[in-house]
Amino acid sequence: MEQEYKITSKNLDFYYGSVKALQSISLNFQLHQATALIGPSGCGKSTFLRCLNRMNDLIPGIRVEGEICMDGENIYKPSVDVVRLRSRIGMVFQKPNPFPKTIFENVAYGLKVNGVKDKNLIAERVEKSLRSGALWDEVKDRLHDSALSLSGGQQQRLCIARALAVEPEVLLMDEPCSALDPIATQKIEELIHELKDKYTIIIVTHNMQQAARVSDVTAFFYMGKLIEAGETDTMFTRPRLKTTEDYITGRFG
Amino acid sequence: MKSYAVESTGNNYIRLRKKLTQSFCFMLFRISALINGLALAVIVYFILANGWKAINWTFLTQPPMDSMTKGGIFPCIIGTLFLCIGAMVVAFPIGVFSGIYINEYAKPGRILRIIRLGISNLAGVPSVVFGLFGLAFFVIYLKMGVSILAGALTLGAMSLPVIIGSTEEALKAVPDTYREASLGLGATKLQTIFRVVVPAAMPGILTGGILGISRAAGETAPIMFTAAVFSSPKLPESVFDEIMALPYHIYVLATAGTEIETTRPLQYGTALVLIAMVLGMNLTAIILRSRLRKKMRQI
Ligand SMILES: Nc1ncnc2c1ncn2[C@@H]1O[C@H](COP(=O)(O)OP(=O)(O)OP(=O)(O)O)[C@@H](O)[C@H]1O
Ligand SMILES: [Mg+2]
Repeated sequence: MEQEYKITSKNLDFYYGSVKALQSISLNFQLHQATALIGPSGCGKSTFLRCLNRMNDLIPGIRVEGEICMDGENIYKPSVDVVRLRSRIGMVFQKPNPFPKTIFENVAYGLKVNGVKDKNLIAERVEKSLRSGALWDEVKDRLHDSALSLSGGQQQRLCIARALAVEPEVLLMDEPCSALDPIATQKIEELIHELKDKYTIIIVTHNMQQAARVSDVTAFFYMGKLIEAGETDTMFTRPRLKTTEDYITGRFG
Repeated sequence: MKSYAVESTGNNYIRLRKKLTQSFCFMLFRISALINGLALAVIVYFILANGWKAINWTFLTQPPMDSMTKGGIFPCIIGTLFLCIGAMVVAFPIGVFSGIYINEYAKPGRILRIIRLGISNLAGVPSVVFGLFGLAFFVIYLKMGVSILAGALTLGAMSLPVIIGSTEEALKAVPDTYREASLGLGATKLQTIFRVVVPAAMPGILTGGILGISRAAGETAPIMFTAAVFSSPKLPESVFDEIMALPYHIYVLATAGTEIETTRPLQYGTALVLIAMVLGMNLTAIILRSRLRKKMRQI
């Protein structure tokens, strides 16, 4: 079967100063699929995720070797416009981090900084994004309240809506449910299911059930290396490696 | 059960000693804090008690008369006000932009270290040296003469380190997650700074700015060579005019002339007005900060 890759990572090495955090990661992400990154704490999942939208560039003293391509183009090429790249790759963080602005302003922010001026268009997109983020019904009467007045789960869905507003092609999520209760988590998982049709999703999670529920492909990281990756069903039922099986079944250590 | 066991095995004597040590230390802390508050209270009380009688409508609205033994201090109030506003206009933008550069743009390294060293040394320069610098540079070299402009620039230079410092503090307090969220949405660094980081830091920045200026407002040395005069027949009409100012007026009344004793009440009255202005500015800063913070939480 011919596969269409949105993002490909080839022999990616990553260093924080002299500490090597990622070692020769080669992993491909298929268009309109959700990939789960799993592995024990400190194994480099977040580091890898943040390589994909060059968020690590902000940290002084880092070094990247190897290549990551999006639509076949190396995103670490000097000629790449990082600002443009980041508007094509949305990111949702572990802790909800809405700006201290109104709900409306939070969602409109990405549009405004990308040069959208038309008020009607902005209002339209804000509504659409909040609907996609499964938050519209809860906030439609209080769009001009502070985003900080929302509950944690609502804030996280707001952050998802905020990311969707700029219509990215890829959505990166770093443990998006770790600060949420089971009901909010379920809402977000349903959301991920729906979003898969339009976006390529990469999600870091510590929750094996969650990985099994939302992802098509699962990649297992351990100590900065990619140990095994494959179809989620296969990974969870018949992993090739003993390490993977131990981790997934919770017999790790 | 468990806590009971712990208690019964604990040594009573040791526990008593620990408790006493703790009470003793807390007492020391409390006394230190008390001395602090007491000092302020004593100063304010002293000046209030001595200056209260001098304050009246004439005192606040009239110029000095009879070679400063009577009349009021209106020109001095205006002068100090102008100097403060001038210093604010000069120092606030420069200080805030420097703080933004240092905290958001500058890469850690040699240049940043040198800049920081410069700023902390600037903070340690005695105010009379600022005065002499203002005299040599603004008044004489740039030919501004003894003027509001020269004084405001000198006071501004003096309050720069405070403004830069508080701007840096305020920016540091803005969580990195805001910056990451903004950049992750495709905002440039400049957009991130001006649309997210600076608004979030604004309460702290403004407070620092006002505190910096109010500190400078009471200084005599920086303005005595650059802006203030013994006595001026008219109110200033442009920034190139010389002026009278509260701190310098106190200095003049208290040290020069033959009427030092008879003008005592006037000296205390002037000091009272000066302290009221400075405390007023500080109070404004505090209120402004809490208002802005609240607003930030609500909108
Ligand atoms: N800013 C940094 N500077 C230096 N080292 C870092 C930095 N961030 C992470 N590391 C190191 O890189 C390694 C990988 O960290 P990373 O955050 O990617 O792990 P993770 O898999 O996301 O873990 P977790 O599940 O706990 O979030 C860790 O050993 C960590 O100590
Ligand atoms: Mg992580």
